[in-house]
Amino acid sequence: MKKFFTSIKQYPSAIVGLILILFLVVLSIYVVVAIPYDQAIRIWRGGEDVRGDVPRTARPIYVNWFTPQKLPTTIVIDSADPGAGIEKTRTQITDDMWDIQMVLPFDYPYDGFPQEMQLILTATYEEKNPFVTLTWYFPDGERIKIADVTSRRNETVRFDLQDRLLRQLDGVPPRIALLSVPESDPPEVRQGRYELHVDTIVFEEGSDIEAKFVSMGQVHGIAGTDHRRRDLLLPLLWGAPIALAFGLTAALGTTFTTMFIAAIGVWFGGLVDELIQRITEIYMVLPFLPILIMVGIFYSRSIWVLLVVVIALSIFSAAIKNYRAIFLQIKESAYIEAARSYGAGNWRIISRYLVPRIIPILIPGLIGAIPGYVFLEASLALLGLGDPILPTWGKVINDAQMNGALYNGYYYWVLQPAAMLMITGLGFAMIGFALDRIFNPKLREV
Amino acid sequence: MTETTFITEEMDTPPEVERKRPNAWLRLARYTVGKFFSLFLAVLIGMYLTILVANMGGYVDEIMRAQIRDGISLQISMDPEMRQRPPAERNQLINELVEVEERRLGLDQPFIGRSFRFLYNAMRLDLGRAQHITSDTGSRFVRLVILERLPPTLLLMTTASFSLFIISLVFALFLSRNYGSILDKIVIALSPTSSAPPWFYGIFLLLIFAAVLGWLPFGGMVAAPPPEDPIAYALSLGRHLILPVAAWMISGFFASVFGWRTFFLIFSMEDYVELARAKGLPARDIERRYILRPTLPNIITSFALMLILLWQGAIITETVFNWPGLGRMLFRAVQTFDTPVIIGSNVIYAYLLAFTVFLLDFIYALVDPRVRMGSGGPKA
Repeated sequence: MKKFFTSIKQYPSAIVGLILILFLVVLSIYVVVAIPYDQAIRIWRGGEDVRGDVPRTARPIYVNWFTPQKLPTTIVIDSADPGAGIEKTRTQITDDMWDIQMVLPFDYPYDGFPQEMQLILTATYEEKNPFVTLTWYFPDGERIKIADVTSRRNETVRFDLQDRLLRQLDGVPPRIALLSVPESDPPEVRQGRYELHVDTIVFEEGSDIEAKFVSMGQVHGIAGTDHRRRDLLLPLLWGAPIALAFGLTAALGTTFTTMFIAAIGVWFGGLVDELIQRITEIYMVLPFLPILIMVGIFYSRSIWVLLVVVIALSIFSAAIKNYRAIFLQIKESAYIEAARSYGAGNWRIISRYLVPRIIPILIPGLIGAIPGYVFLEASLALLGLGDPILPTWGKVINDAQMNGALYNGYYYWVLQPAAMLMITGLGFAMIGFALDRIFNPKLREV
Repeated sequence: MTETTFITEEMDTPPEVERKRPNAWLRLARYTVGKFFSLFLAVLIGMYLTILVANMGGYVDEIMRAQIRDGISLQISMDPEMRQRPPAERNQLINELVEVEERRLGLDQPFIGRSFRFLYNAMRLDLGRAQHITSDTGSRFVRLVILERLPPTLLLMTTASFSLFIISLVFALFLSRNYGSILDKIVIALSPTSSAPPWFYGIFLLLIFAAVLGWLPFGGMVAAPPPEDPIAYALSLGRHLILPVAAWMISGFFASVFGWRTFFLIFSMEDYVELARAKGLPARDIERRYILRPTLPNIITSFALMLILLWQGAIITETVFNWPGLGRMLFRAVQTFDTPVIIGSNVIYAYLLAFTVFLLDFIYALVDPRVRMGSGGPKA
């Protein structure tokens, strides 16, 4: 083992590869612990309960670090959140009318306009709905009425859909007009401190209201979001354990079954060997990917089912020829002869004497095969045969392709999962490459 | 795989055959015919497996039933006499005829018998009508759809594979001459990049050259509408070919160059090459006669193996680049659940693979004198 590490040190690329893999492994363990499987699936699959205040196809936050223009982030001000420090003043007007006043202030230091603006009202009442008046205060103290709302228990006021406001603003969408310098064309952002006054009249003693103002930005989170308002950080993180599990299992499964079959063929020889070689020939003309696609369509899209099919389709791969050549040499060794002479059975010789000898030769190929399977999973996802449940990198790229991400300029959507795939691919390929040279002295000389 | 064939043939030919040339060609012919039949058998078995996979969900039966019903309904509705009858009576007649036809085609028989009939039809690409996909001429026959999509795939694949093959071979020879140079080290360092498939680099190329720079088209085979002038057409085709071929080159280049370079280096350490060098033969002659010549069978093998990989990889690359070939067709068939087309693609890919393997074996036999002369098989 020590010798192994000293020899691997001679290959800087192997060190880089090891670091990359280590990073992925640590990331995978962290993700699986921090976001348990069920929770990850629930967030990824979405539903009313998980939909947060997330914009659609928002770029990642780090975009702002590289551009002089600062795109708006998502602003959320919630009166129910004690941390926001929103003061609520309640005054009695008449016997059965109370006035609740709230001011939701926020700074707007950005250079772009938000994607959407909305106010979510949560009212508590028995029978009589509260009446809410929303007023917008500009930094210079001017104001404009946004809407009068008779609030239900859950009421969402979308600013862009307020007809009266829209008319008042000459058809400019409120999310732009409310934040721009007056009379500017094209609209320019007016930076400063804005206030949204929520003035509510309630008609019951116990009636109350909470308001949440959401301005959805053009950047969101460290990974951005997709067309379904899902934070892309989740699939980027969760893609790692899935890719590792798939790649590793597929590589192990195919390599070992193939090797074992080669060993059986060589040991028994004759008809068995002949049969195995014929089957290999048939496997050579089997269209691997189309069959995989067919299985994906007709049976199941679960990547674990596809994993089994991948292994089954790779058992009699061309690699059998290589293993065969090596086994033919080993078969003639004296220690095999010795084992046979003391009466060891066929299976004992195969599993205890033939197979262990080949494992060191196998490892570089095994590690080198992992990226292929990781990319295979991504390729299937790209064809629309991705696992419908799991958040994988390929699925993200597929979504991006389907929504014309490159065409529409959502580069982050493709580049981030691609970078993760590249890290995985390069990591394993670099190690496999170095191991190949360590285990094959003939390669080392040149 | 090829080895056993050689050995068996060696055994059943008497040793004195080697002296005359015509016999050598006879051997070649016999070898080729044998290969042809064994490959044909392989395709048959492969296709049968495909049909088994497809039929597990009863999809093959569904295709046949739908086809029968379609045909009979059409026939009835075209019949002027039938048009007079009330709809209920017509439906009953259709149902009866469908039943007769299904019995005639043996759909009421056990699957095992039917599967062979279907295999026969599949091998002739006689898969009836596509459910959603049409050919450019408007036909729905799977055979026509597939045959129409074949040329674009062949164009893309041959361009990509030949340019990758030749450029990497030439470059590898150059590197093996200057091994240890900085360029050599760079290639070695970059060879792990080949672990990513072409579509992966395709996405980056699209991002740079189509989205950001806008120099090259996002996809497709020719500009829309296609130019009338043949020269303009060819230019447009070339413009659309650049990115997919480039994606292929990037993906395969470094590993391929590294592989060849190492291969040539190992060969150039053989004693007879050393001797040639000691004799003072020019480097070019050594390369051509002492390195390339004996490695030719290996070079051909690896070229064919690359082609086999290409056929499969084409599916996704064509999808990414919107190339109107077989791969793109399969992708659309997947999306619309067009079963006849999916099975048809399997057949055509099996044929393409078998054809490649056959060609490989044939050229191999031409190039490798051991096959022709029967003086023993190649080393394992």
